Amino acid sequence: MKAIIGRKLGMTQIFAEDGSAVPVTIVEAGPCIVTQVKTPERDGYSALQIGFGTRKAKNINKPLRGHMEKAGKGYFQVLREVRTDQPGDYQVGQAISAELFEIGERIDVIGTSKGKGFAGTIKRWGFKRGPSTHGCKNVREPGSTGMATFPGRVLKGKRMPGQKGNKRITTMNLKIVDVRPEQNLMLIKGAIPGSSNGIVFIRKTNRG
Amino acid sequence: MSKGLVESIERDYMRTDIPPFRVGDSVKVHVKIREGEKERIQVFEGVVIRHHRGKAGASFTVRKVSYGVGVERIFPLHSPRIDKIELLRRGRVRRSRLYYLRERVGKAARIKEKR
Repeated sequence: MKAIIGRKLGMTQIFAEDGSAVPVTIVEAGPCIVTQVKTPERDGYSALQIGFGTRKAKNINKPLRGHMEKAGKGYFQVLREVRTDQPGDYQVGQAISAELFEIGERIDVIGTSKGKGFAGTIKRWGFKRGPSTHGCKNVREPGSTGMATFPGRVLKGKRMPGQKGNKRITTMNLKIVDVRPEQNLMLIKGAIPGSSNGIVFIRKTNRG
Repeated sequence: MSKGLVESIERDYMRTDIPPFRVGDSVKVHVKIREGEKERIQVFEGVVIRHHRGKAGASFTVRKVSYGVGVERIFPLHSPRIDKIELLRRGRVRRSRLYYLRERVGKAARIKEKR
């Protein structure tokens, strides 16, 4: 599977050849270093572990530090695993860059959405508001949560207030507008999850 | 550092051939229009009543009165559809948004020329 770890840098708009404005997210994609190659013989499945970003050695515990030192390319902010069919093609310490992807390719972007804290049903699920005048007091309340004696309980999955955001989100089938491997940059059409400087995981989509 | 990168990318898509015009100026905007296969150029002449700043997303609004009907058109400043912009006349105005022109017609809608 084609995949890379990146950092969201921000959004802007650019113009396509026909003159239409295209909203794009700029992502610093890679370079990622292979930190471990997993093979069916040893691990039971084949995969690559790749690292991205930098972190100070003192902020990593010793076992992890030893693991990262095997690649010999410094200490990484994140490690992710990517399934692959040919683990033999890769060595520990090898770099994976944005060259992997081409312009026009479709990708999925996985990130952690912006946290909104404990949110009510209006913000979290888009419920309607109650009337604000004529003595009504149920302005932002969720209303009824179910039926009567039958079934006598609240159905599972009922949309209720709770934590909104700060959750793993996959945005699927996004188009790559531009790739600049020399700058490690990628321009993706549309928005991707999370705030600027957030870590995102980019993979080739399995749609269409 | 990341902010600088975003700006440098925006700069790649921005145009540098646009004359520095201001709000109140009269301009001729030559717009490329595609009709099926053919491409032709249409000219929109009027007064700049708004300049919306922003890096690659900057735009400006041009107002003209066509057969007694006010027409306003918003152009993205860096759009490749704009062939060229001609500056006809510099206007002397005291505000950044000339929305007051919408309520005026004829002589009252004139703008003094900047000397």
